[in-house]
Amino acid sequence: MRKLVLPPTETDLNELHKGDFVLLSGTLYSARDAAHARLVALISDGKPLPILIDGQAIYYMGPSPAPPDQIAGSAGPTTSSRMDKYTPLLLEKGLKVMLGKGARSEEVAQAIAAHKAVYLGSIGGAGAYLGKCITSIRCVAFEDLGPEAIYELTVIDLPAFVL
Amino acid sequence: MRHIDPLSISDAVRTAVQKINTDIDPLILKAFKAGQSKGDEIESQVLDILIKNADIAHEQHLPLCQDTGLVVIFASVGIGVSLSEPLEASIQRGVAQGYIEGYLRKSVVRDPLYDRKNTGDNTPALVYIDLVEGDQMTLHIMAKGGGSENASALNMFTPSDQEEAIITWVVDRIRQKGRNTCPPLIIGLGIGGNFETCALLAKKSLGRPIGQRNGNRSYAELELKIMQALNDLNIGAGGYGGHMTVMDVFIETAPCHIASLPVALNIGCHSTRHATVTL
Repeated sequence: MRKLVLPPTETDLNELHKGDFVLLSGTLYSARDAAHARLVALISDGKPLPILIDGQAIYYMGPSPAPPDQIAGSAGPTTSSRMDKYTPLLLEKGLKVMLGKGARSEEVAQAIAAHKAVYLGSIGGAGAYLGKCITSIRCVAFEDLGPEAIYELTVIDLPAFVL
Repeated sequence: MRHIDPLSISDAVRTAVQKINTDIDPLILKAFKAGQSKGDEIESQVLDILIKNADIAHEQHLPLCQDTGLVVIFASVGIGVSLSEPLEASIQRGVAQGYIEGYLRKSVVRDPLYDRKNTGDNTPALVYIDLVEGDQMTLHIMAKGGGSENASALNMFTPSDQEEAIITWVVDRIRQKGRNTCPPLIIGLGIGGNFETCALLAKKSLGRPIGQRNGNRSYAELELKIMQALNDLNIGAGGYGGHMTVMDVFIETAPCHIASLPVALNIGCHSTRHATVTL
């Protein structure tokens, strides 16, 4: 079974093939619809972003709250296609890995190929299992959005398929 | 008249919304295990993760899915019941308490289009009240996820359409959207009534136990035909290929207008969460 460390190197990405089952470890950022809308608005206004996009990985996910005795709550992927309209611009800014569930639009698929990025699908609905792959979680932007805020996540052995 | 204390109603709702979010429907777990023995390597791997997911959720009181749903409650209230506050108020209080104390995600915004601010306690739940005989109250409680709901659809067929038209429409929809909706799915179809009634029938049908067929033989056969057609799509558990695209198909029907044949398709994910509480 292949392992992939996030954020990835160019060599790591070149070695991935469609259909590969990978275990992800390292650092990535959660962002859903509302956070994407804000990131894209900031880019359009020429303003600085609250997180680094270049070379990084984004997880389409909004966690449930962590109970007091646990690191994270439930944390599975949301439907990626809702982020399609924002994705080409983030790829232009250097985004390299997207983790979600379900198919992407043709336009996004082409943009992913053009920017040598990769789209991964995890197991939709396996939120408790995937939450246990999180070793640290910290809100880094848009805290007012609650579950839709951007969280910096450290994960270990989070399962996903290369799509 | 039999009085039902409003606090007992909110307590029942508070407890139920937590339990359905952490404890998988045993019939769904059974279906995962049955599917695992038949699936190919990838599908078995996905089902293995879903079985482990259910174990972790139960043992550690974590929600099965981070999308802990919008609560939908069908309340059947006996005409012999007396209440000391509007039922809706007791239910909403229970939902808010359950979602806050259970560390469940708050997934409701106060305005759909212009001001999508989170309400902070997962209210309002959607409540439908029917008056029935007797002096008891039954609450059918669901926590419905957004991904599967988004892929749901409604079509106003006309009386000249035959069952084939409905099968084709359902299969096309699942072919297009099924991968986004956390398969293996439960398919709810409401046929008949009118525009809003068919949607409610489809929603209610998702509460039926897996394996239980429609009481009418023709509809029971149609359920099985649709199930076969959907499982032939090779979407599979997790959406990465396989034989287990759906766990069951439920049809509920109602009489309808001579000009109409309304059909609603409501999709339930593999965590389809529901409970029935009688007070």
